[in-house]
Amino acid sequence: MRAPLIETRNATRIIAGDVPATLVADVDVSVSAGEFIAIIGPSGSGKSSLLYLLGLLDRPTSGEVYLEGVATSALDDDSRADMRLATLGFVFQFHFLLPEFSARENIILPMRALRRLSEKAQVARADMLLEQLGLKDHAHKRPDQMSGGQRQRVAIARALANDPKVVLADEPTGNLDTHSGERVLEILNDLVSSGQRAVVMVTHDLALAARADRQIRIVDGRIAI
Amino acid sequence: MSFVLDIALTHLRSRVRQTVVGVLGVATGVGFSIMMAALMEGSQADFIRQLVDSLPHISVTDETRNPPRQPAETRYDVVQIDGLRTPVVRPGIKNPMAIMASIESWVPGAIAPSVQAKAVIRYAGRDTATSFTGLDPKREQKVSKLATQMRQGSLDALYKATNALILGDGLAKKIGARVGNTVTIVSGAGRTLDCTIVGIAHTGVAQIDDVSSYGLIKTGQILASQIGLVNELRIRVADALQARTVATRIEAETGYKSVSWQEAHEDLLSAFEVRNIIMYTVVGAILLVASFGTFNIVSTITHEKARDIAIMKSLGFRAKSVRRIFVIEAAAIGLIGALIGWGLGYVLTRAMGSIEIKSPFMDSSTIPVLYSPLHYALATVVAVASSLFAGYFPARKAAAVEPVDIIRGAS
Repeated sequence: MRAPLIETRNATRIIAGDVPATLVADVDVSVSAGEFIAIIGPSGSGKSSLLYLLGLLDRPTSGEVYLEGVATSALDDDSRADMRLATLGFVFQFHFLLPEFSARENIILPMRALRRLSEKAQVARADMLLEQLGLKDHAHKRPDQMSGGQRQRVAIARALANDPKVVLADEPTGNLDTHSGERVLEILNDLVSSGQRAVVMVTHDLALAARADRQIRIVDGRIAI
Repeated sequence: MSFVLDIALTHLRSRVRQTVVGVLGVATGVGFSIMMAALMEGSQADFIRQLVDSLPHISVTDETRNPPRQPAETRYDVVQIDGLRTPVVRPGIKNPMAIMASIESWVPGAIAPSVQAKAVIRYAGRDTATSFTGLDPKREQKVSKLATQMRQGSLDALYKATNALILGDGLAKKIGARVGNTVTIVSGAGRTLDCTIVGIAHTGVAQIDDVSSYGLIKTGQILASQIGLVNELRIRVADALQARTVATRIEAETGYKSVSWQEAHEDLLSAFEVRNIIMYTVVGAILLVASFGTFNIVSTITHEKARDIAIMKSLGFRAKSVRRIFVIEAAAIGLIGALIGWGLGYVLTRAMGSIEIKSPFMDSSTIPVLYSPLHYALATVVAVASSLFAGYFPARKAAAVEPVDIIRGAS
């Protein structure tokens, strides 16, 4: 059995305040390569909060999040940023592309930050991803010159830029029409087909979740059996 | 190009109007700072140059810093002396030629003897006080620029008439005398001489031109009723800035009071120092105000770009990379503003330097300005430093953004 890429142990996230709010409580999750996991649950149940913990965007109040076996909650911000850059890819409900940059430039940006590839190789990889996602002719377009579906595919390409081991998607089809949503889902499915990568997708759409290998249902911040 | 620099420049390019306003703010600050420094230092340099040109660099007189020691003071430990009177006649410098030869042996420059006397010029029924200098025209040409400052006649004309006299143009105007007129000089010793005006001099310093008159040493000796008198040695050193050091050594060697041009105008030079402090404070304030524009722009961009910052951090950008983006933006505004400010400052300085003026304190026909690379360098350093300072705080705030807070709010 392969070691999990991401694992949480009793991960709890509480927001302090006059009335403390528990976003995630005692969650144990394990994500392995080749898995396509859907996190489902009603609105406000803590799905996205769990995804943020898995993606090292947030720190657990108690418990631990392991990325490739490394305990991450005590790491400094820079180390966590480096792990995100090299190991994780994010796709959000909104594309969150940088508006002043073209599709290709947006995809290249994480590669430039990581500096693993030469400048020439970065451009080649960006073009390859654009081609794989059917956006070959849109390389020079800025986000405001593309449709919602195209933008979301560029966002996926950007998430894949550094060849991450885990892609974390938060309602990736939430703002798309059925056809575009279907296309995005196909792409996410393809990502795990090689068995090298895992995808964790948050959705409230049970039909979409049914396409995943495994579903984790969250209610009131806890995993519901 | 670094991706951080790329993002920073893209932000600035995409906000052309705001960027232009910020850059122009800095450029205006830098431009006016350069102009102001050029004007202030220009007028100062012009004034000092005229002072240095019109007077010898060092004046050795027949006085001493402290009164001569009385015999009783040497004999007894404690003495009270009352009723001492200074001699009516100036003693003059003893063995002036030997002292001159001694000074000439080590001072790089030139030396000339002179006789100073207070007198009154009588002309057309009016008496006007004058400061008479008896000089050696040939030597004088080497220690002062009097020969080149003649408006009418020449310094050598002093040889061409009996009791020839050159007047400062202010004095000539005051008494209404012209070249060729004969005036009467009455000395403090009571001697009266009829002198012929052979020239009019103009040093450019009103306080000199309004009271000075020049004749031969012999004329001065006659006015002082002391044959062979030399009561001042006038020295010009190769490097005017070394005058103070040279004067100190001469005084130590000869015992005679030796005053450099710096000491003679100590009050004026310290006034210039105060003026410079005020100037640089005002210049700094101008550039600091300009930096508020930079702060405003960078703050606006960080506010508008909060979502982009969050997404960059979620992708794995380090906080310092985000901070650097906005610090670079501030620096770019400061630097581009400073470069444009150079051009503006030069044009403003040229424009101010071409304005014609008539000042009783200066000889210039136009406002004197000083072009110095130091002004440009200082304005640039202050402008860029102010911009960096102004940009740092919003940049730090941007770097502290928690991506999850923004993403949660945007979703």
